[in-house]
Amino acid sequence: MTAHAHAEGSHEHHGPPVANASSRVDARVLGMFMFIASEIMLFGSFFTAYFFVRVVNNPPQWPPEGFHLPVYVAGLNTAILVTSSFTMHWALTSIKRGNRAGLQAGLVLTFLMGFTFLATQVTEYARIGFQPGDNAFTTIFFCLTGLHGAHVFVGLSILLFMTIRAFRGHFSPEEHHGVEIGGIYWHFVDVMWIVVYTTVYIL
Amino acid sequence: MTNPLRSEGDAFRFLLGTVVYFALIAIAGVINAWAGLVVFIVLSVAVVWWWWRSREPPAPVQASAVRGGPEGERRILVVANETVGGEPLLQQVKQLASQGTTRVLVVSPALNTRLRALASDEDPARAQAQDRLDRSLAELERNGVQASGEVGDGDPLQAIEDALRTFGADEIVISTHPEGRSNWLERGVVSSARERYAVPIHHVVVDLGDRS
Repeated sequence: MTAHAHAEGSHEHHGPPVANASSRVDARVLGMFMFIASEIMLFGSFFTAYFFVRVVNNPPQWPPEGFHLPVYVAGLNTAILVTSSFTMHWALTSIKRGNRAGLQAGLVLTFLMGFTFLATQVTEYARIGFQPGDNAFTTIFFCLTGLHGAHVFVGLSILLFMTIRAFRGHFSPEEHHGVEIGGIYWHFVDVMWIVVYTTVYIL
Repeated sequence: MTNPLRSEGDAFRFLLGTVVYFALIAIAGVINAWAGLVVFIVLSVAVVWWWWRSREPPAPVQASAVRGGPEGERRILVVANETVGGEPLLQQVKQLASQGTTRVLVVSPALNTRLRALASDEDPARAQAQDRLDRSLAELERNGVQASGEVGDGDPLQAIEDALRTFGADEIVISTHPEGRSNWLERGVVSSARERYAVPIHHVVVDLGDRS
């Protein structure tokens, strides 16, 4: 029996260390999750500011007297955004099964619902009756919802490219990382909106 | 380290859970502020309890995922750390390796403290594991066993699973200290591996105090 022994990574490997396979997650997907982790910290700092304002002011009612938030319109917007996650998931499961039409329809519907959400939010900003610079409450309201709106805009941009690629036949049951990663981001945007809506509009 | 979210599907299910979680809190909070607080606490405890339960080992993993090399070749995965150079282990590997064409992969988990693992301070643990692995491979070479090796995850079960995905072992040899001194036995590594992986698992006890 021939004797041959080597330890991988110590004698034969050149260049940067081989990535540890323990996470068992594709590096691109893992990168998106790590990016989302940093985004959660960003949102966390805004929520900290929100609760600081709310606790320091300690008003008898919240929102402060004279300010009214469009709870029902925002609730409808929430329903639209949550539904868009279902269509996003449908798009991905479709391409995994080789259903290209399902992928295209799912992405288009997701994009349209996301666009509707953003358009409704912009309209509500115009009609809400207060400005970001009025007081601390209005500042943090616009900052928190605006930060989320910016993420929806980024998500829509990703969705647009995903949709274009889908119509150009770029994805297949074997290769659909572009949809998977964009989908994870879109679900994150939805989760953050649920937290924002519950915290700012309802509680 | 195990990542609880691994795919878009996981993210989607997380979203659904978030919707239910916040919807229940909001409904209770609108009815009564104290009810909202109670629901928040109950749901949060339930989520932590569910997360704790879900850390139990998943269903058995099939070992024949990735196979290359000559037909009929047997692959033996050896998992050991502090006992990696022990005589009983060397004899067991030598015996298994002598039965036809075999390929041996030695995995030495980079054992680390929980605090260091959380801080991603893995380098010293990996260096120590690499050192032990080098000595073990040299010892196997002296005994005429063809083997390769790699440093694995700090969790031995995870290290086995990683190796199975790339190596596709037919048999696994796990080496531990004797009962009472073995941290792996105390944690039930061998029994968990037998439940989790659908390949024969040999357990070798190496008493490093017994050099006679």
